[in-house]
Amino acid sequence: MIEEFTITVFSENSIGILNRITINFTKRKLNIDSLTVSESAIKGVYKFTIVVKCALATVENLVKQLDKQIEIIRTFFLRENEVLHQEMAMYKIETSTFLESNQVEGIIRKHNARILEVTKEYTAIEKTGHKHETQELFEELKPFGVLQFVRSGRVAITRLKKELLSEYLEKLEKREMSEEN
Amino acid sequence: METITLDNKTTKNKTSKRVSGSDALILSLIAENVKTIFGYPGGAIMPVYDKLMDYEDQIHHILTRHEQGAIHAAQGFARVSGEVGVCLATSGPGATNLITGIADAFMDSTPLVCFTGQVYSHLLGTDAFQETDVVGVSMPVTKWNFQVTSAEEIAPAVAKAFYIARSGRPGPVLIDITKDAMFAEVDFCYEKCTNIRSYIPVPETKDVRIQQAVELIDNAKRPLALVGQGVVLSGAEQELKEFVEKTGIPVASTLLGLSALPNNHELYTGMLGMHGNAAPNIKTNEADLIIALGMRFDDRVTGKVSAYAPNAKKIHFEIDKSEVHKIIKVDVTILGDVKDTLARVTKLVSPNAHVVWRNSFKFIDDQETSRVIQKELNPETGQISMGEVLRHLNEITEGEAVIVTDVGQHQMVASRYYKFKNKRSFITSGGLGTMGYGLPAAMGAQIAAPHRKVVSISGDGGFQMTMQELGTIAFNKVPVKMIVLNNDYLGMVRQWQELFFDKRYSSTSITSPDFVKLAASYGIDGQKVTDRKDLHAAIQKMMDSTEPFILEVAVEAKGNVYPMIPTGSAVNEIVFGDE
Repeated sequence: MIEEFTITVFSENSIGILNRITINFTKRKLNIDSLTVSESAIKGVYKFTIVVKCALATVENLVKQLDKQIEIIRTFFLRENEVLHQEMAMYKIETSTFLESNQVEGIIRKHNARILEVTKEYTAIEKTGHKHETQELFEELKPFGVLQFVRSGRVAITRLKKELLSEYLEKLEKREMSEEN
Repeated sequence: METITLDNKTTKNKTSKRVSGSDALILSLIAENVKTIFGYPGGAIMPVYDKLMDYEDQIHHILTRHEQGAIHAAQGFARVSGEVGVCLATSGPGATNLITGIADAFMDSTPLVCFTGQVYSHLLGTDAFQETDVVGVSMPVTKWNFQVTSAEEIAPAVAKAFYIARSGRPGPVLIDITKDAMFAEVDFCYEKCTNIRSYIPVPETKDVRIQQAVELIDNAKRPLALVGQGVVLSGAEQELKEFVEKTGIPVASTLLGLSALPNNHELYTGMLGMHGNAAPNIKTNEADLIIALGMRFDDRVTGKVSAYAPNAKKIHFEIDKSEVHKIIKVDVTILGDVKDTLARVTKLVSPNAHVVWRNSFKFIDDQETSRVIQKELNPETGQISMGEVLRHLNEITEGEAVIVTDVGQHQMVASRYYKFKNKRSFITSGGLGTMGYGLPAAMGAQIAAPHRKVVSISGDGGFQMTMQELGTIAFNKVPVKMIVLNNDYLGMVRQWQELFFDKRYSSTSITSPDFVKLAASYGIDGQKVTDRKDLHAAIQKMMDSTEPFILEVAVEAKGNVYPMIPTGSAVNEIVFGDE
C-alpha cells in the first residue's frame, strides 16, 4: 500500500551529503515530493525534511540505508498522524486589483493569510498551512490575477514531546566520553 | 564551511614537519602501514608520482597496464590479506576507469582506499582538461568519498578514509585531491582516526537477542547455519568452527563465504545458491532454523523469496543494520561483530549432534554425485570438462592454493569443486559479477601473499577483458598461475540462451588469440592442453613453476553448469539437468 511518509534526516554539514541522500531515492526510482533543508536546533547539524509516497517496506529499507551513510547522524520516518507539519506560500497580485475588488480582502481574512508588502504595483501575501490550504487560497486568488506564486517544502516536527535526535546525540556524546576514558 | 577535521576523533602521536601535500599523502600511507599500492600515473596525479620516487624503499608501487587492473589488484590484495587495498589514478579517465572496481568492492565489502588526482582547485567546474566530477560519479558506489582542495586536509582525510574503509562493514573509499593541494606546503602531523560522531561501525549487541538465539538453537531439530563473507571479514573462522562443533549444526556457505570452514569438515554441506550444492539448497526449505552468519540473503542465494525457508525460524548475525529484514524477515537479529557475538552464543548453547538431520543430507548428496559431479569430474569421452581441470588441480595442490576466479561458468565450477583447506583462499567477484576481475585480482593476491600458491581461473571471455595485466605480471615476475578454460563461448550467457532463449546464441561465440603465444610475447611461460591425457602433467608443471605460468585448456564448448535453481524458482526446486 502506498502511503505518505515524512522522513527527517539529521546530518553533518558536509558537501555532497544531499547528493548521497537523493541517490538512495534515485536507485529505487522514488520521487521526492518535497524537500526542506536547514540548520537544526543543534549547531552544525542539518535537518532534511523529505516527503515521499511509497510502501512501508520501501521506506523502512530506505531509512536504514540513509542512516548508513557516514555523515548522516540519524534518520527517522514518520507517518502522517505522527507529525505536525506546515508549508509556507507567497502570492503576488496587482495592487490595483486589490484596491478595486471588494472580495480580495475577505479572501485574505478567511484564509488567515497576511499581507507582507504593498507597493504601487503589487501586494505580496503570505500564508502558512497544509498544501491543500495554500492551494485553496491560490485557487481563490486566481480570478483576480496572481502575478507570482511560490510554495515552500514541508517543515515538520514530531508529535513526541522531545526532538528525536536530542536523546540520541546525548547517547553519542556519552559514547565518546566513555571511549576517551 | 565544512572542514575535514570537523568531527574526527583522533589519536595524537607525532610532531609536525614542513612538507608538500604529495609528501603528506605518502607519509600518511606509511603511517597507515601501507607497503604496496597499485596505480597508473597521469597529469593531475604527477606531483604524487614524483614524490613516490623518494619513498621507494618504503612504498612499493606496482604500475599496472590499466586503472581497472590497478583496482582489481588492490581488491585481490585486500581480500587475501584482510588489509586495506590502495590504488592511485589520475583525474578524468584515470578516475572513471576505477569505477567498476569500486562498485565491485562496494558490493563485496572489500576495504579499499582509492586516490585520484584532480585538476587545480581554481579550475573545478570549468570542464578543464581531464576534469571529471569523480566524487559525484563515485558517490553511489563508495562507503565514503571526499575531495581534498588544500594540503592541510590530506592527512586527516587519509586517516578518516582508512578508518572508514576497514571498520564495521568494510568498503571502498575514494579521496580526490586537487593538484594544487599536492604542491602546497603543510606542517605534516599524522593522527589516526578512531571515531566519527555520525558513524557507528559496529552496532550494539542486545543481550536479550543472544538469549533468544540460544533458545532457538537449543530447541531446533533441523538447524542449518549459513556462512557469508562477514565471517571472513570479521576473522571469525575459529569461532564458526567452535560453534558448529559444539552444536553439531550442518553448515552451508555462500559464494563469498567459501573457505571460512574447510571443505573437508564433517559439518560442511556445500555451497548455497543458484549453482550451489543440491543438499544445502533443498535442506534450507526443510530446516526449522536458519542461522545466517554475516550473509545478506542475496537473490542468487534465496531464489524465490516468498518460498524461501518457509518452515524455519531465522536468526541473523549482522554488522550492517540496513541488511536486516531487507530481503528476508528474520525472527532474531543479532547486531554486532560476528566474531564476538557468535562466541557469546557458543558459550551458552547446549552441545548437540543432530545426527539424523545431518544424515538426511546424504541422500541428496549421493544424487548430486551420481547425476552431476561424477560426470563433470570424470568424463571418459568427449572434450575436457571444466570440472576435470578442477579435479586435477585439487589432486596436485591438495586444497592449499588461493583460487581467484573471473565470472561465469568456470567461476561456478571452481567454487563448486575446489576443496579449500585454508581460510581466505577464495577470491571472486560475487555481488557485481565483474568479468575481467580474475586476472588482476589474482596478481594482487599473489603480491599480498607471496608465499601462497595463487591460481587464477578464467574463461576465454573474461580473460580478454583485462589480459593487458600480463604485462604487469611479467614485469614484476608475479608467480601467479593462470588457467584459461577456453570453450570458445561466453559460456554462462550461452547456457542461459540454450535454456531460456530458445537456443538463439546471440553474440556468445567468441574467438580468442592463442593465449600461450600471447603470454610468450610477454616472456611468460605456458602450455596449451587439448587432450585429457596431458592435463594432469601440465597442471603439475604449472604448479611446480616458480614463475608466472599460463595454462590454456580447451574445454567442452557447450558444457552446462548444474545443478541449477532457475530464476524465479524456490531453492528446493533445484534441477540436475538430466530430468
